[in-house]
Amino acid sequence: MSARETILARIRSRLPGTEAARRDAVELHLAAHGANLVPLRGLGDGDHRLSLFTRLMTGVGGSVETVETLADVVQAVAAHMAAAGLPPSLRKGADTTLAHLPWHRAPGLTLLSGPADPADHTTLSLAFAGVAESGTVLLLSGPDNPATLNFLPELHMVVLPASRLVSCYEDVWPLLRASQGDGLMPSTLNMISGPSRTADIEQTIVRPAHGPRDLHVIIVVGA
Amino acid sequence: MQPETARFKELSRAALANDQLQRSMVATGPQFVLKRAKARAALPEFDDLRNAARDIKNHVLAHLDVYLEKFEARVQAAGGHVHWAETAEEARAIILNICAAKKARLITKGKSMVSEEVGLNEALEGAGHTPVETDLGEYLIQIRNERPSHIIAPAVHLRREQIEADFRRVHTDLDPARDLSHIPALVEEARRVLRQNYLDADVGITGANFLVAGTGSAIIVTNEGNGDLTRLMPETHIVITSIEKIVPTLEDASTLLRVLARSATGQDISTYTTLMTGPRRAADPDGPEEFHIVLLDNGRSQVLGTEFQDMLRCIRCGACLNHCPVYQAVGGHAYGWVYPGPIGSVVTPALIGIENAANLPNASTFCGRCEDVCPVRIPLPRLLRHWREREFEQHLTPRTVRSGLGAWAFLAKRPKLYGLAMRLAARFLNWRGRAGRIASLPLARGWTRTRDLPAAQGKTFTELWRERQK
Ligand code: SF4
Repeated sequence: MSARETILARIRSRLPGTEAARRDAVELHLAAHGANLVPLRGLGDGDHRLSLFTRLMTGVGGSVETVETLADVVQAVAAHMAAAGLPPSLRKGADTTLAHLPWHRAPGLTLLSGPADPADHTTLSLAFAGVAESGTVLLLSGPDNPATLNFLPELHMVVLPASRLVSCYEDVWPLLRASQGDGLMPSTLNMISGPSRTADIEQTIVRPAHGPRDLHVIIVVGA
Repeated sequence: MQPETARFKELSRAALANDQLQRSMVATGPQFVLKRAKARAALPEFDDLRNAARDIKNHVLAHLDVYLEKFEARVQAAGGHVHWAETAEEARAIILNICAAKKARLITKGKSMVSEEVGLNEALEGAGHTPVETDLGEYLIQIRNERPSHIIAPAVHLRREQIEADFRRVHTDLDPARDLSHIPALVEEARRVLRQNYLDADVGITGANFLVAGTGSAIIVTNEGNGDLTRLMPETHIVITSIEKIVPTLEDASTLLRVLARSATGQDISTYTTLMTGPRRAADPDGPEEFHIVLLDNGRSQVLGTEFQDMLRCIRCGACLNHCPVYQAVGGHAYGWVYPGPIGSVVTPALIGIENAANLPNASTFCGRCEDVCPVRIPLPRLLRHWREREFEQHLTPRTVRSGLGAWAFLAKRPKLYGLAMRLAARFLNWRGRAGRIASLPLARGWTRTRDLPAAQGKTFTELWRERQK
């Protein structure tokens, strides 16, 4: 018998009930996508979600700004990079939303695409969603969204349309199923809640550890 | 490394006499407790979420065969490979095979307790590979050739000065005159040293906190981002994990994530929570080209259906260690193997046999704090008692202890009486001073030495705790 069969046989011999009944129960549970207890803290209107998200994200060392339209993202990005004293070179995914921004309004900015290079100082990603209850952005890997952008640079900037800022994790999963198909996932889904940190030496929190020093979220109110 | 569980008493004595360790424990233990308490206070539903978390894990364990098959099918559909390992040896062999096929030289590693459990680094080194731990705490213990002393903070036993000395010893190509006198300088140095390893590695190995059956995703949580760089940069990513890590759906994973970080570090959620499903897709510009997941049993399936089953709910948050007076007194290394603290004392006998771990179930005062804080409500004191019964039945208990143990068990099964006995004992100690004969109770010396039983008030730890909880 293979290890697989030995292990499964041993488990089966130790479980109550019939295998058929277990299969039915599992199918039911998986198909239901049932939510368990959801904390109240994230539930509320857009203003509530925005203020909670901002409080939690800034509380762990991230920064948040809001702009009115997608077009305003360009200046916000350029200004934040300049303020951080970083070279005017920006790597971003090939995603159409970001590609169609009026980048000509930041003429000094060099735009790069593709996976992150260790020499990159700054990267820009489009969030799939944001979650108010823990101040978290969700990013999906894909042809237009290299996951390395989230980890290699000094400064990682994330564009989050306000319409995608939801209350709780349970609000995200239906959106994900609608975009990927039930049970299907991108290769890598990152839930990011602040810049990289460690407390491994004497429980003292130090930023950054291995990931970005700064995480800047630009929330687009009208998108 | 061979288990040293039989040396618990001796290692504990050494730990109590180790000033550096004692200073570390006193400096960090209360911080963990405080952070968790704050996180709990900030979320009114926290204790109800713990019930939900317990129920999810119970449901999984009752349907584990089917969920494992579901998980496997999803991983394969996403282009990943699933390997089953009955023993630690099989798990090592599977991984060595993959690494050999990849002609791997440098192997980066994310923090994984299962990797420690199977002794993976020794095996990789023995086969000529170079494993490099990338979690800062794991890196620190790797360069010291030590075991982790805590399941989420592996280097919690170390002080800054020790780490500075280690970095000077190991990072010999850096300027000897550099300033390493503060913690951020040490972290910055580790960041620079490890960065090149991510880029050069041929294989990345991580653990998993959860396996989502409905989507075939392995979830890792880190604060550093090291697990992600370990997954994303090399050509091949291997996840080593164990069969009880299954959760059914993303909704269920959400519930467990809500209690995990709060219990562990007092965060609402860890900085990076990553769902990894198969290798990069055909059109993806980055991510691993090959993805393997090794599902280890190593005695866990044998625990199903026994009085010990509840231990399989554990999500390795470390809260029971942080709240354990014994762990806080002696630190993690005294336990002599991979998993320390209350959960270690429960899991270790199941994994390496009670005959090899007979001392551990005795490393408890039965104060009950571990069960009070466990996010999946594992009745740790009850499980410890079951092991003591087994140990007693199998006559593994030394004769001198056997008679005393009867009295101890009698008290331990009667919390009220136990509390009374401890209060009396504390007052007795107060009267006798530190050299009191009560020091012959298991670990009482550890207690009084590091913790200063509040003799002036004559209160026990339990009494004080109750007051603080109010
Ligand atoms: S037994 Fe409970 S408290 Fe201890 S590590 Fe496991 S989940 Fe955490």
